[in-house]
Amino acid sequence: MGDEYADDRTGTAPDSEVNTESDAETDGGVRAYTVRLELVDEPGELLRALAPIADNGGNLLSIHHERGNITPRGHIPVEVDFESPPERFDDIVDGLREAGVNVIQAGEEHYGEEISVVLVGHLVENDLSDTLSRIESEIDAAVLDLSLAAPQGTESVSSARLRLAIDSGRSSQALEAIRSIGSEKELTVVEPLVGGETA
Amino acid sequence: MKLAILGAGDVGRSVATLSGDYGHEVVALADSSSATVDPDGIAVDDAVSRKERGEVVGTAAPEDVFETEYDVLVEATPTTLDDAEPGFSHVTRALEADRHVVLANKGPVAERYEELRSLEAESAGSIRFEATVGGAIPVLSTIEDCTPQAVTAVRGVLNGTANFILTRMAAEGLDYEHVLAEAQDLGVAEADPTFDVDGTDAALKFVILANVLNDGGFSLSDATVEGIQDIPGSALDLAAEDGRTIRLIGEATRDGVRVGPRLVPENGALAVTGTRNIVQIETRHAGSLHSSGRGAGGPETATAVLSDVGRLE
Ligand SMILES: NC(=O)c1ccc[n+]([C@@H]2O[C@H](COP(=O)([O-])OP(=O)(O)OC[C@H]3O[C@@H](n4cnc5c(N)ncnc54)[C@H](OP(=O)(O)O)[C@@H]3O)[C@@H](O)[C@H]2O)c1
Repeated sequence: MGDEYADDRTGTAPDSEVNTESDAETDGGVRAYTVRLELVDEPGELLRALAPIADNGGNLLSIHHERGNITPRGHIPVEVDFESPPERFDDIVDGLREAGVNVIQAGEEHYGEEISVVLVGHLVENDLSDTLSRIESEIDAAVLDLSLAAPQGTESVSSARLRLAIDSGRSSQALEAIRSIGSEKELTVVEPLVGGETA
Repeated sequence: MKLAILGAGDVGRSVATLSGDYGHEVVALADSSSATVDPDGIAVDDAVSRKERGEVVGTAAPEDVFETEYDVLVEATPTTLDDAEPGFSHVTRALEADRHVVLANKGPVAERYEELRSLEAESAGSIRFEATVGGAIPVLSTIEDCTPQAVTAVRGVLNGTANFILTRMAAEGLDYEHVLAEAQDLGVAEADPTFDVDGTDAALKFVILANVLNDGGFSLSDATVEGIQDIPGSALDLAAEDGRTIRLIGEATRDGVRVGPRLVPENGALAVTGTRNIVQIETRHAGSLHSSGRGAGGPETATAVLSDVGRLE
C-alpha cells in the first residue's frame, strides 16, 4: 500500500515504492541516492561541487563524469551516487544549490522531474536551435534528447519530441514558459498531462 | 412520471422509445415545427416512425407542449452557444411552472449556469443534466455522490469523434484529413465536425463540470481551448516512440477549464481508443476514480436522461 504514504513530506521514512531511483535501505538508516548535476568545465569544479555532500553527512559511492557528453548549454553532466540518512538529503541538495551547483535531478521524486513535450510547426524554418536554447535558458532545463520527424521535408510542418530534465515542482512554470515560446514562434505545443494519476 | 420531450432527434426519440422500460409515460414530443401531445400518453412508436420517415412529429404546435400536464420537461433541442436559445427559454418556462427539467442540451448549463440555478431556487422544480457530460457514463452523479467539495479536478476525454481520429491516426500512421474523411464515412464525424475537432464540444462539457465543482462562474469564453486539427501523424509517431500518445484532454478545476491535445502514457487509463470516453475524478480523500464508456449516441444519452428522471421521483 505504498500509495497511502506517497505524500510523506518529512522524508524520514521514505516508502520504497515511492522512490524509483533510491532503493537499498541499509541497517544504519541510510539510503542510496542519485543526483544529476551540471558543472562548468573548469579545473576544481568537481571537487567544489561534491563538498556539500560530505559536509552534510553524505557518503560518496560513485561519480559518473560524462566528459564527452556536453549539455546544449556547454555544461558537463555528472551523475553522483551517494548514501545519506534520509533526513539529511534535503540539506545536501540545498547545500549543492547554495554552492551554485545546478542540480537537475535528484534521486527522490521531490527533486527531479523529467517532462516530454512535442512541438509541431515550421520548426526548422523557425530556428530550432534557438527554440531549444531559449527553452534551456528560460526555464533552466536540460534537453536530454530530441527526436525530429519531418516526413514532408524540413520546409514543411514537422514535429519534434523533447525530453527535458527540470527542477522538480517546476513543471507547470516550465510548461507555461514553453507555451509562450511556442506561441511566439507559432508552434503547437503538445504538453504532457501533469497532475493526477496519469499512468 | 409524465415526460414532455422537446427535440425529436437521436436523443429525443431514444428517450421517447425507452421511457416505457423505465416506467414513465410520454405526454408530449416536439420537433422544431410540430408536436404530438396527449395527456394519456402519446403513441410513441407512431410518432418516432413518422419522424424517421422524414415527416414532422405530429399535428400540434410545439407551443402546446407547455400547456399539457407533465412532470418533467426533457430538453433535447440543439446545443447553442452564448444565449443558449431556444433551450434556455424552454427551461425557464418549465421551472416557472414548477416543473422539473432534465437537459441533454449542453448550452444552458455551460453558458448560463447561475441564471438557471437562480430560476431553480425560485421553483418547486429542479434541474438535472447528467446527459450533457459523457453520455452514458455517470459523471455528474458520481461527483454528486462524492460531494462536489470533495472533488478537486476532473480530467479526461469527452469527445468521441476527436478521440477516434487520434486513435486512427496513431494506429494507421495516417494524416488528419484522411482519417477525418474516413470518420465521416463511418458516421463517427458529422458533415461539419468543427465543434468536435476544435475542442468546443469537449470544452462545453468541462465548463459544465467546472460549474458543478465551483457552483457556477464559468462559461465557454472562460475556457482555454485548442483542437486537434494541427496535429500531424508525425507527432503521434514521435509520441509513440516514447511510450506515449496524444489525446484531446480536458481539465476542469475550480480555477478554470482547459482543453487541448496532450501527451499521455500509451497504456495509461486516459488513452482510451476509438469513440470511447473517460473521466478521471480526482478526490480530496480517496484518490482518483475513473469511469469510461460510450460518451454519445441516442440510446446512451437517453439512458443518462432517464436516470436523471428516476432521481427526481
Ligand atoms: N447525440 C448525442 O450523442 C448527444 C449526447 C449528449 C448530448 N446531446 C445533446 O442533446 C441534444 C439533442 O441531440 P440530438 O443528437 O438528438 O440532436 P439532433 O439530432 O440535432 O435533434 C435536435 C432536435 O431538436 C429539434 N428542435 C430544434 N429546435 C427546436 C425547438 N425550438 N423546439 C422543439 N424542438 C426543436 C429538432 O427539430 P427538427 O427535427 O424539426 O429539426 C430536432 O428534432 C443536443 O443539444 C445535443 O448537444 C447529444
